[in-house]
Amino acid sequence: MSPSADASSGPPSGLRVSVDLNLCQAYAQCCYAAPRHFRIEGHEALFYDPAPAAQDRDDIERARVACPVQAIRVEDPERGA
Amino acid sequence: MPDATLLNQVKDFANRPNPYPIYARLRENPVSRQDDGTEEGTWVAATHGTIASLLQDPRVSSETLPPADRPRTGNPLTDLIVKPLKDWMMDRHRVFIFRDPPDHDALRSAVVHQFSRERVQAMRARSDQLVADLLDEKCGAREIDAVDDLAYPLPVTVICELFGVPREDEPKFHGWATQLATALEPDSLSDPEIRAENSRTFDAIGGYMADLIKDKRKHPGDDMLSGLANHATPAGVKMGDYDLIATSILMLVAGHETTVNLITNGLLTLLRHPDELERLRQDPLRAPRLIEELLRYEPPVQFRTRRTLSAIDIAGVTIPEGADLVLLLASGNRDGAVFPDPDRFDPDRVGLRHLGFGGSLHYCVGAPLARFEAEAALTALARRLKAPRLIEDPPPYRSGAALRGPEHLRVAIDGIA
Amino acid sequence: MAQPPGRALIVGAGLAALRGAESLRAAGFSGPLTIVGDEPHPPYDRPPLSKHVLTGAVAADATTLPGRHGLAADWQLGTAAVSLDRQARTVHLADGRALPYDRLLIATGTRARPWPNPHEGRLSGVFTLRGRDDAAALRCALAAGPRHVLVIGAGFIGCEVASLCRQLGLPVTLVEPGPTPLSRVLGSTVGGLIGAIHAGHGVAVRCGSEVEWLEAEGGRLVRAHLVDGGSIATDIAVIALGAVRNTDWLEGSGLSADCGGVDCDARGYVLDTDGQPDPHIAAAGDVARFPHPHYGGRRVALEHWSHAVAQGIHAGRLLAGAGPEVPYGALPTFWSTQGDLVVKSAGLTEGADAVAITQGDPAAGRFVALYGREGRCIAAVSVDSARWLPAHAELVAARAPFPPRGAATDRPKAVTILEPGLP
Repeated sequence: MSPSADASSGPPSGLRVSVDLNLCQAYAQCCYAAPRHFRIEGHEALFYDPAPAAQDRDDIERARVACPVQAIRVEDPERGA
Repeated sequence: MPDATLLNQVKDFANRPNPYPIYARLRENPVSRQDDGTEEGTWVAATHGTIASLLQDPRVSSETLPPADRPRTGNPLTDLIVKPLKDWMMDRHRVFIFRDPPDHDALRSAVVHQFSRERVQAMRARSDQLVADLLDEKCGAREIDAVDDLAYPLPVTVICELFGVPREDEPKFHGWATQLATALEPDSLSDPEIRAENSRTFDAIGGYMADLIKDKRKHPGDDMLSGLANHATPAGVKMGDYDLIATSILMLVAGHETTVNLITNGLLTLLRHPDELERLRQDPLRAPRLIEELLRYEPPVQFRTRRTLSAIDIAGVTIPEGADLVLLLASGNRDGAVFPDPDRFDPDRVGLRHLGFGGSLHYCVGAPLARFEAEAALTALARRLKAPRLIEDPPPYRSGAALRGPEHLRVAIDGIA
Repeated sequence: MAQPPGRALIVGAGLAALRGAESLRAAGFSGPLTIVGDEPHPPYDRPPLSKHVLTGAVAADATTLPGRHGLAADWQLGTAAVSLDRQARTVHLADGRALPYDRLLIATGTRARPWPNPHEGRLSGVFTLRGRDDAAALRCALAAGPRHVLVIGAGFIGCEVASLCRQLGLPVTLVEPGPTPLSRVLGSTVGGLIGAIHAGHGVAVRCGSEVEWLEAEGGRLVRAHLVDGGSIATDIAVIALGAVRNTDWLEGSGLSADCGGVDCDARGYVLDTDGQPDPHIAAAGDVARFPHPHYGGRRVALEHWSHAVAQGIHAGRLLAGAGPEVPYGALPTFWSTQGDLVVKSAGLTEGADAVAITQGDPAAGRFVALYGREGRCIAAVSVDSARWLPAHAELVAARAPFPPRGAATDRPKAVTILEPGLP
């Protein structure tokens, strides 16, 4: 297997999302802001889409800023963030 | 002298336009005892750290409403039988912002279940339309009142549609909502006249809601009240009539009395920061961050009250058991230890953990709706108002210290695009 | 005061490595940075692997972590480090190359502890779950609709997989030598309460039992035989016996390392076999064993997501030479999503001599358990009660008296002190 200098999976413009579920307290603000990519299962188990479609970036951004505990991290190479 | 306490200065109407310097003085002691004439006193938490800590502390109770006590009528039957029964029902079915778990959690879960992502998304689109319509109505105007023309009617229409309140009944709620919102103002709860008026108002709105609920059972619609009245949550929670009445009143009052301040404070702040208004006009996607900063900078709910169930050691003081607490959210939001240069309005702050919607179990249920409504209103105002100028600064304020915002916000314009 | 940049090398390409790299850059390190990983994949997030990747809601390759953008790193992926020469300040790779370093971060993490019998471990239908490829393979097997799934080991990964199988509607048996699920970490009292919730969802929980051997037909798993003589017909077995630290490559380096981790001092520099720190090398994440200041300097290696982040950031700053060298001592926290159930914890339960339910009601499936040792709070665990955990974490951080006194909302009227039942 040959090492790659710039490994990436998916298109380079792909959004990447991760949530610090230690911080998450299931306020569910992300679920309202970006319902296609976040949801609460049961009482407080957060499901999130770690690789949302680029056209949903505005809602992902709404989810990120609305999080009361600021647990959501988004990487959006196209926006340089 | 109780009158001289900083907390009383916060409540003083004269300080409504700018309470922030008083908050800064309160923050000199993270938690301070304010003399209120009682032995325990009222304890004010003013820093971000102490407020955040107390919001999530299980020794802090939300059951702060004094026992219901309707005015006597002089009619023995009413005073000896009906009144105690009504008082008891009122206490037993108080709204969930004044209740602790596990009751609180069950009631709230029923609301959250009906407050679905789909409903909120639908209201997001509806808000854009309502804002467009409201501004179209003023298209030839050279002056608007941002409160009467937009900030008040928008959330009122949204909450009424969400709950399936018939359009023609909307005006009934205006007086009811204003009266009942006094329940969040600490002093009004110790004023027997205000409490008596609250009881009468609660009876009036309660009677209206009871009829509406009956109607929703017979003719269920696609609204939240129909959902609450007819369906249980997946965990099997379904409210009884009295809880349902109280809960729907709470939601309707909150819809009338809070978002209006977010939108109005927002426009006021933007008019005081024209560069930010211009940036929003050019880039509407700044709105979500701008609104979070607004919730920090000028939160619609400035403080909430609580009561201690046990003594609490915090920030070098001991709050005794049974003490009244004021969690000064708007002061925590200006805490320089957490927010550098806290008195600067800066939507580009990162990692913003403001207290604008409270926190923990009682975090504002309607927050997502408030955000979408504010986004719809502020982006449209930024885009469509031509050369907006404040006519009065500061504007006249509504009476509330807890629910704080302008009564009117007159803005001169060159027209509406 | 800052050292000349030199060359930075990070061995390992997981969460701790990525956050360490970001922190190194954020702290001002501008020299060349190389990151070596044995897997061909860029850094990915592991928690979804035992949850939504297995349900199919998330593709295994969608778990790539944010944070690579703008790092200006030379990624050497798909080749493992095989040895460390500290005199020459060189790391040797499996493909024969040697990478020099001036600052080295060891973040090689762990691997799944394999099934003791290698032949049985390779049978078709037998899985471990650690990496992205493991998760993709197990997802395929679960999606194919197995008649029965056996999970061996009821730690966190075992409980997550078993409860998730129930969400998929699959019959599942969870076999655990301890008295209850999660008994090693949470004790049998709290473990029993959580195990009862899983049993209520249809997980067949068999505690106090062990799988002795795995039977195959034509190279395919068909049955597991228990030490007590019973057997379980199954076409899938998930081996969830915990993790082994990836320290083999450090053999001969003169560092103090074994299968429990590589030893560090309080600041995060690795220690040699004489106990002397090597100021060119730090370690972070699962592989780092360090004295935790909150627990009297007890040496621990923590397999927690938040720890990988926090210690990665700490080590990045340390290697960048930024700021004062302070001990690392974040309060350990973790979460585990088991089906729809969320178990969270703050602090370490080890050594607890008492536990009490302080919030909620186990019968309702939502509660907080607070652990005490010698009259002080040392850890707290929340079950579907995350909003109560921060207040309890404050008690742990402050070493507050145990049990807590006084009334509180949603607290049982009389707080009962129980035996934690830790091993």
